[in-house]
Parts: sequence; structure tokens; C-alpha cells
Amino acid sequence: MSVRRLAAEQPESFDFTPELEAVAQKLIAKYPEGRQASAVVPLLWETQKAAGGWLPEPAIRAVAERLGMANIRVLEVATFYTMFNLEPVGKYFVQLCGTTPCMLRGAEAIRHVCERKIGHERHVSADGTFSWLEVECLGACTNAPMVQINDDYYEDLTPENFEKLLDDLAAGRPVKVGPQNTRQGSEPEGGARVLIDPALYAFKSNVPGFADAPATETPDLLAAGLPRAAAESPVDPTAALSAAQEKAADGADTREKREAVAAEATKPSGAGE
Amino acid sequence: MAKIVVDGTEVDVPAEYTLLQACEAAGVEIPRFCFHERLSIAGNCRMCLVEVKGGPPKPTASCAMAVKDLRPGPNGEPPVVLTKSPMVKKAREGVMEFLLINHPLDCPICDQGGECDLQDQAMAYGADTSRFAENKRAVEDKYIGPLVRTSMNRCIQCTRCVRFSTEVAGVPDLGAIGRGEDMEITTYLEHAMRSEMQGNVADLCPVGALTHKPYQFHARPWELIKTESVDVMDAVGSNIRIDTRGREVMRILPRNNDVVNEEWISDKSRYVWDGLKVQRLDRPYVRKDGRLVAASWSEAFAAIAAKVKAAPATKLGAIVGDLASVEEVFALKTLIGKLGSANIDCRQDGAALDPALGRATYVFNPTIAGIDEADAILLVGTDPRHEASVLNARIRKRWRQGGLKLGLIGTKVDLTYPYEYLGAGPDSLSDLAGTGAFGEVLRKAQRPLIIVGQGALARPDGAAVLALAARVAVACGAVKDGWNGFAVLHTAAARVGALDVGAVPGVGGLDVAAMTAPGGLDVAFLLGADEVEIAPGAFVVYLGTHGDAGAHRADVILPGAAYPEKSGLYVNTEGRVQFANRAAFPPGEAREDWAILRALSDVLGQTLPFDNVLALRAQLVAAYPHLGHIDEAVAADPAALATLAQAGGTVDKAAFALPIDDFFLTNPIARASAVMAECSALRLAATAQAAE
Ligand code: SF4
Ligand code: FES
Ligand code: FES
Repeated sequence: MSVRRLAAEQPESFDFTPELEAVAQKLIAKYPEGRQASAVVPLLWETQKAAGGWLPEPAIRAVAERLGMANIRVLEVATFYTMFNLEPVGKYFVQLCGTTPCMLRGAEAIRHVCERKIGHERHVSADGTFSWLEVECLGACTNAPMVQINDDYYEDLTPENFEKLLDDLAAGRPVKVGPQNTRQGSEPEGGARVLIDPALYAFKSNVPGFADAPATETPDLLAAGLPRAAAESPVDPTAALSAAQEKAADGADTREKREAVAAEATKPSGAGE
Repeated sequence: MAKIVVDGTEVDVPAEYTLLQACEAAGVEIPRFCFHERLSIAGNCRMCLVEVKGGPPKPTASCAMAVKDLRPGPNGEPPVVLTKSPMVKKAREGVMEFLLINHPLDCPICDQGGECDLQDQAMAYGADTSRFAENKRAVEDKYIGPLVRTSMNRCIQCTRCVRFSTEVAGVPDLGAIGRGEDMEITTYLEHAMRSEMQGNVADLCPVGALTHKPYQFHARPWELIKTESVDVMDAVGSNIRIDTRGREVMRILPRNNDVVNEEWISDKSRYVWDGLKVQRLDRPYVRKDGRLVAASWSEAFAAIAAKVKAAPATKLGAIVGDLASVEEVFALKTLIGKLGSANIDCRQDGAALDPALGRATYVFNPTIAGIDEADAILLVGTDPRHEASVLNARIRKRWRQGGLKLGLIGTKVDLTYPYEYLGAGPDSLSDLAGTGAFGEVLRKAQRPLIIVGQGALARPDGAAVLALAARVAVACGAVKDGWNGFAVLHTAAARVGALDVGAVPGVGGLDVAAMTAPGGLDVAFLLGADEVEIAPGAFVVYLGTHGDAGAHRADVILPGAAYPEKSGLYVNTEGRVQFANRAAFPPGEAREDWAILRALSDVLGQTLPFDNVLALRAQLVAAYPHLGHIDEAVAADPAALATLAQAGGTVDKAAFALPIDDFFLTNPIARASAVMAECSALRLAATAQAAE
């Protein structure tokens, strides 16, 4: 991370749209009276979305005013968290992971693609479609190298598939989120190659008189690399559709939907039945 | 109380003490950068690491861990703190090495050199070398106003400055943007800080990142002679230290005094010193053919004597200015009395305060420290933020502790804390005596405090307003055994002392209004009185320091000594008598004011009965014994307030005005100061911008 400054060119003003104001009210209502400043991070986040993916200086002031905080307090928060962009970003904002695991798996080559196809780091491409930024580990190292574009992860990249991904995005073609190879998640590519002996999963009793139980999982399930839980759990939150796809499907707020799905999945069985 | 063993010494300290305080109680010094007694605990510099038994098995930040957080030993032994163990030594060396990694080590060109916590502590606790061979971090310097200079490479990110401006000053201008190594101290978009106490951040900064801009590269601390004195820019009587080199005042710093200014002073008190060097009256002048021409002392005295002899005693008068010490006022009053006149007044602004009503009617009875105990405060016709910034910080401190109800009658101003606005004029005050809701608040309070400002008193119906305020105070139980919550907030340093020695018109004497009116006086003596204008016709003798309004009007100018150039007593708004030492000498032929009055009295044939300042002071104390209690605020008899409350008088409808229109330009010294002028212009521009 380096010194983060407000962009040199700033819009004249920023006004809360009625939608943003509604969101602000909802966020502020979560906190006790007089503690509205607690909503600063989520409100900045929503403001960033409303302002086109970055936080112009007037927007920072608007948030400060809305929450009754000193301007500098909001600026402190905005400059602290790297999720707040202080400069304009493209329609597709590519955050390229450059940390060790990704780097070892070829992030450098991905970086070159960015430089070639988009331009310099932290510059919006001429048509406003793309901008990119190298960031630290995004926590998807098993699928290195990877990038985050807006709200979605694109993993297991190669220069070729990444270039195609960018082209598809630019052309408005549908793209696949997640791993860009044959993987579904972080399972081993081409299926499990270790720990596949069913005997490993058999329950062996060392108490005399207790019978050994046979392995309960089918070897082919194991062979497919799916974890035990995936077979049992009714909904798999990680298998939810990408934000873009979901939104396209029914226009509902993706995050709410994900939360609902996750809540469903974690609901203790029997509750409410 | 809890027992704790510090380096083998067992001490008994309050359980909520931090380990750092407990160590101090045991007489062990703990190095620190971010911790400060009067600020919240940040715990981010790690210099105060100690080893504890009964707590985490790693070095512990002693400023952020309380004694009660430590567990006793297995057999109930008290917890143990070690400050000299190998672990602590290593921890301190490590922290110091880390701090110095990014520190520029530019001590030879740093204003803080010689009084820098980082220098001292690196010497005392650091290792001798660094193992860091990479490039150091570089940070852009920020503009944060005309008073504080930044050199941000030196910042060690202790955040004391941020905490001060947010917590104590209440003007949250400073902040720390970015994070980690890239954290930077700045104001929002580098605007100038807007507090009247911003200079204190440079004192608090433990390194040379924030230094005093007007003083930059002027002197080294070891070249300076340090003199303890008292500030006269407002009536708080902040304790200051005046640093001089040779004849020159180089800077002014606060001194710690818990019952007055804690350890803060306002920017006016601190940076006014450049005004001491310009526009000075350094020799006597006499007006000849409409022009002031330089004269000798004897010529000047002869010119005065001629006029005084020709004038009837009732046409002689004196007006005392706002910066005079008690001795001078006493000498002047004695001289005027000897000349047979009763015309003397110290209330330049015409405030309706009268020592005849009793001392309790014109001092800040509950004392400044008493603010800490108040649970309801009513401000009447005052803007303490600009009339007494340090006192306002005290009110703010009390407000931050919670449970304080505040109301204000007068002009709506930003006081850095919220208050209930009760109205603009005396009507709202009358309401409180009757049905007003805030009156109920005051009545319910254990220790109600009513602060009456000069804005409420310096008006034709001032006496009636004062009586009304006393009535409200008495009615709500602010005046009772063990608590006198009636407080008059003065703006002039000389005022209480002058009222104490009775520098008000005697029987048949003229007050300021009458003396300044056309035909009021034939000969007027102005003792540094620049806020009044004597109508044409009178012969004006101006005894003062600066070429300000008074000197322009004068027919004879007698050059006096400014406050750092004389020793004297000052009585602050609480009635606390404080002694100001002489730190420098008056310029040129200027002399101490009392000595000028003594010499003049000789020429006038009414020799004053003292030959040196000690004799003068002895007579003063003999006449007014309470002035002998240095550093004490002798409590005034509250009975005076009961009597005052009975006094009637009709109040006007007009709203209370503010006594100060420009905080930075309230007296001749401040008006001569270029720094104050810059601050004032900046503030005007900011107000104009805000109004747009
Ligand atoms: S500028 Fe000084 S007081 Fe402020 S954080 Fe830096 S070192 Fe601390
Ligand atoms: S290193 Fe790239 S996601 Fe962790
Ligand atoms: S003084 Fe304790 S961490 Fe700074």
C-alpha cells in the first residue's frame, strides 16, 4: 500500500440521491440515537457505489454532514480502508492480486495483460470501461492467480483466458465467474489424487467387542473431490450465482439474496417446523 | 486502593490507576510519547512497555493497562511490575530503534532540538546504532495554519495533536489519514486550524513535527532565560513562562497550574510576543503645534504640570486600561486622590460593576477549578470561547464528563460544546427567575453555576442586569454553604485588581462615560487605556506602551513598560492574586509605570510616599490585605449577593452584545502583532467564506 490521496480532479458537488438517502436512513437506524457516526463505513460504501465506484471529495463532505461528523474524521476512514477508491475507476474495476501465491502462479503475466489491454495502473481506459489496481492477497490463493472485477472473483487465470475475459466483459458477453478452468471451487484440478483410499474413512474401533463400521461415503463422491458437507447440506452458499447473473435474473439485490441463502443454510434444523 | 509492587517497592494506589501512574507513584519514571495526563489513552507508541507478573507474559504498555487488570499471585501476593528487567530494557531499545527507523534525525536543524522527548529518550533508553539501511519514509509537510509549522518526516504518529484538538480544544481539525507507515497528520484539505488554542499542539508534540511558526529558527532552548510570569491577554491569568534572550522576548509558553489554566494557553497569550517589539513608545513625546515631537522626561513632565496647575481638581481624571498591574493602578489612584479629584475609572467598557456592592459581585466566585464540580451552567451575555479560551476548555472538559446541563442567553456562538439556547436578552434571564424551564434545571442542580459576561454588564441597564442575575442565582440556590455559583467573567486582566483597589469614581466623581464626554475633563490621564476616546478639548496624558489609539489622541506620551517588562501583581477573574516577574526591560527611555507616576507626582508637588516597588507593594498590601495572598483566590463574602439580589432596576429589551469582536485584536500589544493580524485576517476570510 502506498500513500493514498484524493484525486486531483474532483466534481463540483455531490448530492445524496433519494435512493442513497433511503439507504442512509436504514443504516443510521441500526445504531442508537446519537451514535449515527457508527454508520460511516457502510454509508461510505454505499456512497461509493452511488458515485460510480469511487469517493469524490464532495461525497466525503456530504457523508460527514449527513452523519454530523467532522470532515477530517470521514477522510480518515476513507483513506484508511483500501476498499474506498479515492480516484475514478472504470466500469469494470480490476483488482489484481499480486501477493506471493498469486505471483508464484503467474500474476506477473496477468499484470502484463492489464498493462497491455487497459493501460497504466490506476488509470481509467479511454472508453471508461476498465481500470486496474494491484492489491494484496484477496484470500483466494488456492485458485491463484486471480483478480476481482467489481463484486466477483475470477480465478485460475492464464493470460489467454484473462484476455478473453476482458474482451467478453467489454463486449457485454456473459462471463463465468469463479475459476476460469474446469474447477468449481478450490478442489484439486482433475479430481482428488490423494486420500482416496476408502479404508481411510472406515471407522476402526480399538475397543474390543465393537464392530468396525464400513466407510459411509461413496468412493465416487470422494473421487469427485466434493467435501462431505457438500453432499449433505441442502443449499450450498458458495454455489450461489454471481452477483451479475443473479441481478440479471430477477433484479433483486444480490447481497440480500446471498444473505438470505446463507441464513437458510445455517438455520438450525427443526427450528420453526 | 490496590497494592502493587514496582521494582521491589510496594505501593498502594487507586485500583483504576494505570501501571504508568502506579510506577510514578512509586517514584519510577516510565518513558512515554503518546500518553498524556490530560488526553485520552491511545497506547500506540509502545515506549512505555514494562514487564508484569500477574498479566500477559509479554511486555505490556503500562499506559494502557490498569492496576485492577492484573491478577494477584497464587497466594494473593500483589502483582509485580518490573521496569528495569532485561525484557524491559530490550523492549525499550527495540521500540526506540523502530521509531528512529523513519525519523529523519535532523536534530541540528530542528527547532525542537534540546527540548525533544525523542532526543532525551533515545539518549536514555535507546541503543547506540540502527541496523536499518533502507530508505526512510518521506512525508509531505502540511499547511495547518499560520501558527504551527509542520515537518512531518519527524512525526512519530503518537496522535497527541489529534487528541488535543478533538478532545480539549473541541475543534476537530486535525486527523490522521492513511494508515501504517503512511499515516499522516493533516487538516481536512490542509485548511488552517480554527481553534484559539492550537498552539498547544506544538507543545504537546513530543518531537519536532509541530513547532511554533512565529518562533521558527529564532533561538535554541539553552540560550533562553526563563522567567515565570502571568498572562494579561484575558482575565484568566494563565500562568506563563517568558523566554528571553538578551533584551528580547523570544517566546511565551504555558506553565502548569491545575487551578487556573491546567497546561494550556490561548494563541493570543502565546504568540503576541512579536507585538512587544513593534510600535513601541520608547521616549516621551509632547504635542507641539498639533504634532507629537520627541521630548525629554522633564519637558514632558513640565508640560503636564502646567496643565494640571491650570485645571480645577474636578476637571482632572484618570482612566485605567486593561493591562495595568495592581501597583500602577494603586499609584495612579493615590496620585489622583492627592490632586483632589475623585475622577478615576477602570471600566473602560462601562461595565456596571461596583466594588461598593461587595467583592462577590464582581469576581468569578466558584473559581475556575470549581467549574469541574458544576452540574448546570448558565452563560449570560458571554462567549467564553473568545473571552477566556482556557476557561472555555475547562467548561468543555466538564461537559465531556457528562451530566452537565448548559444554557446560554445572549448571542448564539459556537462554544465547542452544545448548549440550550434560552434567548437573546434580559427578558430570557427574567424568565429563569420565574417559570423558565431552564430555571427548573438550575434549581434542581446541586452546584449551579451562573456566568455573567461583560456583554450583559457593559450597557446602560448593566446594574439592573447584574442584580437580576444575582436574583436568579440566589433563587436557584447557587449561593449556599460551601458553594457560590455566581461568577462574573472578565475580559480585562487589570479589571479585578483595579476594582479591588477601588479604581472607580469616588463621591461626586466622574465615570468613564462622563470623563470621555465633551467638556468632561480638562486633563485626562490614560494608563494604557486605548479602548476609549476622549472628546476633543481635554489635554490627554497617555502612559502606555504602544502607538495605539490612546497615543494618537495624546498630548503628552509617557512611555511605559509592557507586562513582561515589569514585575507586578495581577488579579484574575476569580480574584486570584498572581505575581508576574520581570522578564525583560522596557525599550529606550521607557520606564516602569509606577516609577513614572512617582516621578510625575514629584513634579506635580504631590510626591507619592514610596521610593521603590517594594515599598509601594507594602503599602498596597497594608491597604488591601487580601492582595498579599499570592496565588490564592480569597473567597468573597457571599452576603453581598443576597443584598444585590434585592436591588431592583428595570432592564432593557435589547439583546446582549458580545464584548469582543475580534479575538485576536483586543489590546494594544495584540494590535501591534503581525502574527495576530494574520490570524485575524484568516478568521475574517473564513467567516466570509462560511457566510457565502
Ligand atoms: S505531529 Fe507530533 S503530536 Fe502529532 S502525531 Fe506526529 S509526533 Fe504526535
Ligand atoms: S495471494 Fe492472491 S489471493 Fe492470496
Ligand atoms: S505511552 Fe504507552 S503506548 Fe505510548
